[in-house]
Amino acid sequence: MTSDIAAILGIDGIATGAVYALVAIGTVLIFTVTRVIFIPFGDIAAFTALTLAALDAKRFPGTGALVVILACLATLIEIISLLRSGELRLLPRALLFYLVLPLAVVGVAWLTMRADPPLAVRLVLALMLITPIAPLLDRIVFRPIADGTVLLLLTVSVALHFALVGLGLLFFGPEGVRTEPLTSFSTEFAGALVSGQTMLIVIAALVFSGLLYLFFDFTLVGKSLRATAVNRTGSRLMGIRPARAGTIAYLLGSLMAGVSGILIAPVNTVFYDSGFLIGLKAFVGAIVGGMTSYPGAAIGAVGVGILESFASFESSALKDVIVFSLLIPILIWRSLASLHSEEEIEE
Amino acid sequence: MTRLHVQLAAMAAVVCLALAPLVLSPFSITLMNYIGIYSLVAIGLALLTGVGGIVSFGQAAFVGIAAYATAWVSALNGYSPWLGLLFGVALTCCVAAILGVVTLRLQGHFLSLSTVAWGLAIGFLFGNVEGLGRFNGISSIPPISIGSFALVSSAQIYFLIWGIVATVLLLGYNLLDSRLGRAMRALRGGNTLVESLGINAFRIKLVTFVIAAFLASLSGWLYAHMSRFISPGPFDAGMGIEYLMMSMVGGAGSLLGGVVGAAVVTLLKNSVQDYLPLIAKGASGQLEIVAFSALFILFLQWARQGIVPFVARHLPKIKRERPQPAPPLPRRPQPTPGELLLKVDGAERRFGGLVAVNNVSFEVRSGEILAVIGPNGAGKSTMFNCLTGALRVNKGEIVFAGRPITRDPQSRIAKAGVARTFQHVKLRPRMSLLENVMLGTYARTRTGLFAGAFRLNQHEEASTRHEAMMQLERVGLGEKPFELAGNLPLGNQRILEIARALAADPALLVLDEPAAGLRRQEKLRLAELLRSLRSDHLTILIVEHDMEFVMSLVDRIVVLDFGSKLCEGAPAAIRSDERVQEAYLGGVA
Repeated sequence: MTSDIAAILGIDGIATGAVYALVAIGTVLIFTVTRVIFIPFGDIAAFTALTLAALDAKRFPGTGALVVILACLATLIEIISLLRSGELRLLPRALLFYLVLPLAVVGVAWLTMRADPPLAVRLVLALMLITPIAPLLDRIVFRPIADGTVLLLLTVSVALHFALVGLGLLFFGPEGVRTEPLTSFSTEFAGALVSGQTMLIVIAALVFSGLLYLFFDFTLVGKSLRATAVNRTGSRLMGIRPARAGTIAYLLGSLMAGVSGILIAPVNTVFYDSGFLIGLKAFVGAIVGGMTSYPGAAIGAVGVGILESFASFESSALKDVIVFSLLIPILIWRSLASLHSEEEIEE
Repeated sequence: MTRLHVQLAAMAAVVCLALAPLVLSPFSITLMNYIGIYSLVAIGLALLTGVGGIVSFGQAAFVGIAAYATAWVSALNGYSPWLGLLFGVALTCCVAAILGVVTLRLQGHFLSLSTVAWGLAIGFLFGNVEGLGRFNGISSIPPISIGSFALVSSAQIYFLIWGIVATVLLLGYNLLDSRLGRAMRALRGGNTLVESLGINAFRIKLVTFVIAAFLASLSGWLYAHMSRFISPGPFDAGMGIEYLMMSMVGGAGSLLGGVVGAAVVTLLKNSVQDYLPLIAKGASGQLEIVAFSALFILFLQWARQGIVPFVARHLPKIKRERPQPAPPLPRRPQPTPGELLLKVDGAERRFGGLVAVNNVSFEVRSGEILAVIGPNGAGKSTMFNCLTGALRVNKGEIVFAGRPITRDPQSRIAKAGVARTFQHVKLRPRMSLLENVMLGTYARTRTGLFAGAFRLNQHEEASTRHEAMMQLERVGLGEKPFELAGNLPLGNQRILEIARALAADPALLVLDEPAAGLRRQEKLRLAELLRSLRSDHLTILIVEHDMEFVMSLVDRIVVLDFGSKLCEGAPAAIRSDERVQEAYLGGVA
């Protein structure tokens, strides 16, 4: 391997890693706030790419139908649980958040589509369509078992991923998509050609991480999220609703995943099931950060990207084997490094 | 319902299974074969996940290793499928042992995540290794033959598959009812509990893990020679979660649940494949996985317990006989009364900058009850954890019965004769009183994996049961030995922990705040029990902050305050000591 190739591989790896980093940060966010290891973030990223591709092709994406179905389901479940607890006065609010808002988003997207919008608007539309999915899934799938063990939540999360892959095939079809590059700019760096897209990816990762940092440190909502992460019961006593904190975390997380999906779409061909590997690799990065540290997760994810880039140069068939095998030593290191009390398994 | 009824029901089930091929259509027999093959993996998962509490997403990888191994031996190299069995099982168990050694020390969800990792890595390997057919798989795998009789049709291999399933169930239930099985069932109580019983938790986890992999390898071997063709698909991550689903649907922790779960999932999948095309033409394949995952999620949300435990709750309870008298288990040589038994010399334990235990020294003599008391935060529990090996001291030495135990792990200290109870009761609530106490005898008994599975060591088992029954009677809980421990009130749960500790035939009994949370009457009964144990020459060390309870009971008291030893002496002297009064009451005006 010459230094030229190494430079190309390194830059390529950093770009891929930056995409993973966005998803990894979302994963950490969800885990700390809700204790759910949300494997399907990768799917959210892939769905965003597919949505954007459909919008580019002037087709209304399947995401719309998916959101409508999930919104109806979530509303139904919310109404039932309100009926059961006898809190019907909260019904209008529930209808607003679980039915009207998601439907409004789909409606706006549908109307805008008819006007043949420019790329920037399409990007916004894709993100708008994708963000309600994770919070709605949270309401449908995770809220009823919010107090379960991490393992139960993980099992459900893995099952949810498989459901989403099936839905992905149903709503988007089996064809892979690759969207137009967002920019055609390119420059030379360390003797290697760096495309504008690569730079955009890295910049976007930095900007969004920075925004998240500001959000957590300087806003009340951000602080309430951090409080929930530290202690659910304690923050509940302080008037913070863990469910609401969870919803916000899911919204933010899917926004990050959505951005990463948009960024990766012009670089790699994205299929309905591409999300799994994106999600898992991001997740390997998140584990490097111990599932709790945002900078750790970002650094880990970039590391995974670089490793993958070099591994695929050595043996493209075995690159995934290498990446996932590496997870085991990382897990051991994390397990040794984290001094946590023994979590007893429920009976 | 008696044991006989259960045996009759099992026999009826075996007869039904044996006659099934006579009435079933070939398609149904094939379906039954798949159920049997999946059952093996699900039974292994029931042991690993349900009993041992280790959630594994990667079992499909083990099935795949064995299937590819036997295909490589028989189809690519032309040897007998039986050689393939040997090679497949050996390879799978080796891989499992290596993965187990590396990952089983991981905690909680880290461990499960590692199963996702190696499950994926191995899954990707199948499709990418040169010489294993890549994504086209390996075809023309020969059938299994017994003598010159080849098991070609599905009705022929049916008997082999279900014979293996029945044998596995029988051996599995035997194992769970043996010494090693009880240790496996204790794993969910956490490492501290298991180690305190003199059980090496890591070893038990490893054994359980390899057993589950072994069952998966049997399944893989049968699969390869039944379908006669393998490709990476059936061994990928999706199948891994499907196996997990089977064992959870059937009832995690129930071996029979593995079979029931495999049957329900397979039949459901089959009917979903039949009916979905009617609902949505052309999209059935996609809907199948969606419907399936949705059902699984609903199941996890609403009926986590599973089918078999749910049904079992509605069946009449099995009547069991009280254990018969049997030859006693060998006892350890007890120290002579008055001899130095435990010596703590200059013990120090820091947590970062905080010195929780600071240069504490005291001695325990055989036959006495010594109390370590002190106000909240005095370092009592830390001292206690250092004594039992749950924590290591940073400085100083601890000598038990003439042997330094300062650096020993918990299980070795337990084996040396230190039995303990817990401040927050650690019992196995779903095991009976008798079984909980039998756990205590682990370090005194020998029966291993094979002896347990084949019931070869019934003498020792009878002695163990007798010993446990005696200890239950000794503490006054002998009336309902088959009651579940979780049904006892707190006071009796503490007493049960003492019975479990006594079953280990300890030289020193260490009690961590035994009176905490007890009502007055319960405290009096506890004190009475401890006095009767002292009259049997048992040495007892109590860590407690209930002064009244301690004063009337113990021979000597060591008082800790802010991590240091304040004073030591007889109860009366301690009661009148000004320093103690100041520590407890905040100074004498």
